[in-house]
Amino acid sequence: MADTLTAADIRSGRLSDEVLKDNFSDLHPRLDPHEAAVEADRCYFCYDAPCMTACSTSIDIPQFIRQISTGNPNGAAKTIFAENILGGMCARVCPTETLCEEACVREKAEGKPVRIGELQRFATDHFMETKEGTSFTRAAETGKRIAVVGAGPAGLSCAHRLASHGHQIDLFEAKGKMGGLNEYGIAAYKSTNDFAQKEVEWLLSIGGITVHSGMALGRDLSLERLQADYDAVFLSIGLGGVNALRAEGENLENVEDAVDYIEDLRQASDLSKLPVGRDVVVIGGGMTAVDIAVQSKLLGAENVTIAYRRGPDQMGASKFEQDLAQTNGVAIKFWSKPFAIKGEGGQVSGIELERTELNENGRLLATGDIETIPADMVFKAVGQTLVTKDIAAEGEGLALEGDRIKVDEQRKTSLTNVWAGGDCVAGGEDLTVAAVEDGKVAAEAINAVLTA
Amino acid sequence: MVDLRSDFVGIKSPNPFWLASAPPTDKAYNVVRAFEAGWGGVVWKTLGEDPAVVNVNGPRYGAIHGKDRELIGLNNIELITDRPLEVNLQEIKQVKRDWKDRALVVSLMVPCEEANWESILKRVEDTEADGVELNFGCPHGMSERGMGAAVGQVPEYIEMVTRWAKKHTRMPVIVKLTPNITDVRKPAQAAKRGGADAVSLINTINSIVGVDLDLMAPNPTVGGKGTHGGYCGPAVKPIALNMVAEIARDPETYGLPISGIGGVTTWRDAAEFLALGAGNVQVCTAAMTYGFKIVQDMIEGLKDWMEDKGYDSIDQVVGRAVPNVTDWQYLNLNYVAKAKINQDLCIECGRCHIACEDTSHQAITNMVDGIRKFEVIDEECVGCNLCVNVCPVQDCITMEQMPVGTIDPRTDKPISADYANWTTHPNNPSSANFEPAE
Ligand SMILES: Cc1cc2nc3c(=O)[nH]c(=O)nc-3n(C[C@H](O)[C@H](O)[C@H](O)COP(=O)(O)OP(=O)(O)OC[C@H]3O[C@@H](n4cnc5c(N)ncnc54)[C@H](O)[C@@H]3O)c2cc1C
Ligand code: SF4
Repeated sequence: MADTLTAADIRSGRLSDEVLKDNFSDLHPRLDPHEAAVEADRCYFCYDAPCMTACSTSIDIPQFIRQISTGNPNGAAKTIFAENILGGMCARVCPTETLCEEACVREKAEGKPVRIGELQRFATDHFMETKEGTSFTRAAETGKRIAVVGAGPAGLSCAHRLASHGHQIDLFEAKGKMGGLNEYGIAAYKSTNDFAQKEVEWLLSIGGITVHSGMALGRDLSLERLQADYDAVFLSIGLGGVNALRAEGENLENVEDAVDYIEDLRQASDLSKLPVGRDVVVIGGGMTAVDIAVQSKLLGAENVTIAYRRGPDQMGASKFEQDLAQTNGVAIKFWSKPFAIKGEGGQVSGIELERTELNENGRLLATGDIETIPADMVFKAVGQTLVTKDIAAEGEGLALEGDRIKVDEQRKTSLTNVWAGGDCVAGGEDLTVAAVEDGKVAAEAINAVLTA
Repeated sequence: MVDLRSDFVGIKSPNPFWLASAPPTDKAYNVVRAFEAGWGGVVWKTLGEDPAVVNVNGPRYGAIHGKDRELIGLNNIELITDRPLEVNLQEIKQVKRDWKDRALVVSLMVPCEEANWESILKRVEDTEADGVELNFGCPHGMSERGMGAAVGQVPEYIEMVTRWAKKHTRMPVIVKLTPNITDVRKPAQAAKRGGADAVSLINTINSIVGVDLDLMAPNPTVGGKGTHGGYCGPAVKPIALNMVAEIARDPETYGLPISGIGGVTTWRDAAEFLALGAGNVQVCTAAMTYGFKIVQDMIEGLKDWMEDKGYDSIDQVVGRAVPNVTDWQYLNLNYVAKAKINQDLCIECGRCHIACEDTSHQAITNMVDGIRKFEVIDEECVGCNLCVNVCPVQDCITMEQMPVGTIDPRTDKPISADYANWTTHPNNPSSANFEPAE
């Protein structure tokens, strides 16, 4: 026992294969047809339904639910895909409790919204398993060529919509696989059975999209060249950088970026080979913080604590996600920020957390009240940032807003023939569904310009 | 102290809940189980002449389901008993001997010859059963052979056979009517003329319950083909209630005892039948859906309700709503009501708006001062009640009577305290006040 007190306790295989398999199975298993029929019957088919307004992609939700209810799940899926080609992934990852389901009138009536996300999954799974290809057919070739950079939800959505209009798309992706955070970032229990890759393949089956993986803007491509070679460019490169903690000890071994670790987890062929600490501390308050905390716990970490500098109401993670963390045994420490990370022999041994409070002007203050808790691993989940150097050399005129790309309503940037969307643009919600909408809106705008 | 005991045309039972002639009363085993469960009486599954009929050996039932498989309507193509007459008669005799306090009525269907009726009635009498019910209702199979609904659709035949029955037995004779006619009063009147002690209704409604779109054949499908069957269950209750009320308030049949049948599933359904003039009720589909135990809640529920309302006996309930069933032409046209939406209960689904907007009188807003809000526009509301019916929240929308003396903003006319109906309306060509169009 003595050594665990000194050396960091980071090990793989804390849990048996069986337990791991169970832990990382579907968070919400697919509804069976009877469950779907009963759940669909709960929908009131509202007039001007509030859920539709709450969905970034404005899916005609009452319509698709009615189609499930009448025994036409593939028709339901077509209704979904018409507005959201990644309806399958969104059904799995949307924080519906703050989107469509929050707006459901049944939430108001009885606190139990129609399970829209699960019904969406039922319909989209049905379609993808019983039909060949997507629900779109390509229009005649237009001869126009568009470069889409970054193959996350925004890029995929844009490429698909443009392809459906008959344009030719070159889809450039820095990584080896398509899908962006669908593939590398989303919590494993939300997207099981390699769904992200299956969905990408399915989406690409529309044709007209040429995939170029391992091609990074800023390294293998320049925006200037793309602008010159293509009729239009869509930038959807997400957020490649991470914010710094700005706390002492940040550079110790085993202080890790949560997104990097999740990427390893998502790509691991054998979760029992993935090392995780015994005492894990997560810094942050968003969806990423919850995801890394829960997944550490599911990998077998004994004590997982999220330290968040504000209260539950300010937390980026929804109430549902906070509950998910807590039911998985994660402790959430509110009003608590990292003061210093302590190490021994270059490795993390503990973290000093300082209590915070709001002063009367609503400003967050550190109180000087410090406690130390043990830690073998510290995850930073304090937000990602746009890597601007990849896009354009400084002074080349791509206007930013804050630290992200500035776009107008049509997702048009300040540069000629360059549109952008997803996490990399300002004013977004940093959600998959919002990225899909950006891609769709930009594609329609590009199509309008190119066919004018 | 509420007394549920029932005396229907001299047939006594501890409660007014009988099982209708159908599979649940096919043989002693079932009937004994029903009596053990508490049913007040049974009408034994219809007896016919030997050799017994046969049934199909494939599916006999088809159904309409709600989304959670709630059985809303059931359709059957079963015929009368397929067991030998003597076996049934012996069982009836034994059961009656063992269960003296329960009602045991025997349903009958034989060809339309006096001798046939005479012969079977004598044999039934020997069992000491309490009465007989003449099955003039069965709409499928038997009707192809000139029995069941084939008789029930011709008032003269009803009268004739009823008269034979009365002539050849001392037992009370109940005539079971088919709803597959245009005016149920005619067969009821015929039964009365023939001397019937009571009528019972409704038998099942002729129906095709659905089409199997893969087989391209009606449900239930027997070897690739289907036939029309008899429809029953909760779905048919409104039709049955109306037919019961029609007979209860018809001057010619007024006072003729009625055994109410058709979709009775709960004590409340039973109370509604009683209120419209039925002296007791017969149940089939509910028992076939849930088993015999449901009678316990029917008994307790009816008792509790009667106690709450201060009724001591079934007689006090029977027919109580009949005086309030009237013809459209006598409805008070000076009664004006408007829908009112309780904004505290409203969940803003907008169904009232779209129903009224698309299909009625454009009398409900969807937006007020730029905010999603559903309010009744009194200037447009005709008080039709559609919004009340489509609203998913109970009591959220109510129909409020406009007080006398106020002005109806739709017509700009004051609300009158006087009763005025169509018979006196100036638009009615046959009214004394008729004002022809210019
Ligand atoms: C851990 C985590 C969990 C999340 N969970 C959820 C969730 O449950 N639900 C939800 O709705 N949202 C969630 N999100 C947010 C969601 O994943 C993003 O909002 C969404 O993926 C944004 O899509 P995007 O297309 O803009 O960017 P990304 O998905 O980030 O895709 C960008 C793509 O561009 C590529 N790229 C980057 N730079 C370059 C370059 N220079 N050249 C070429 N290609 C490049 C990247 O490799 C990547 O494939 C989560 C995010 C994280 C980090
Ligand atoms: S895409 Fe997401 S927000 Fe929109 S309806 Fe589907 S689950 Fe809800």
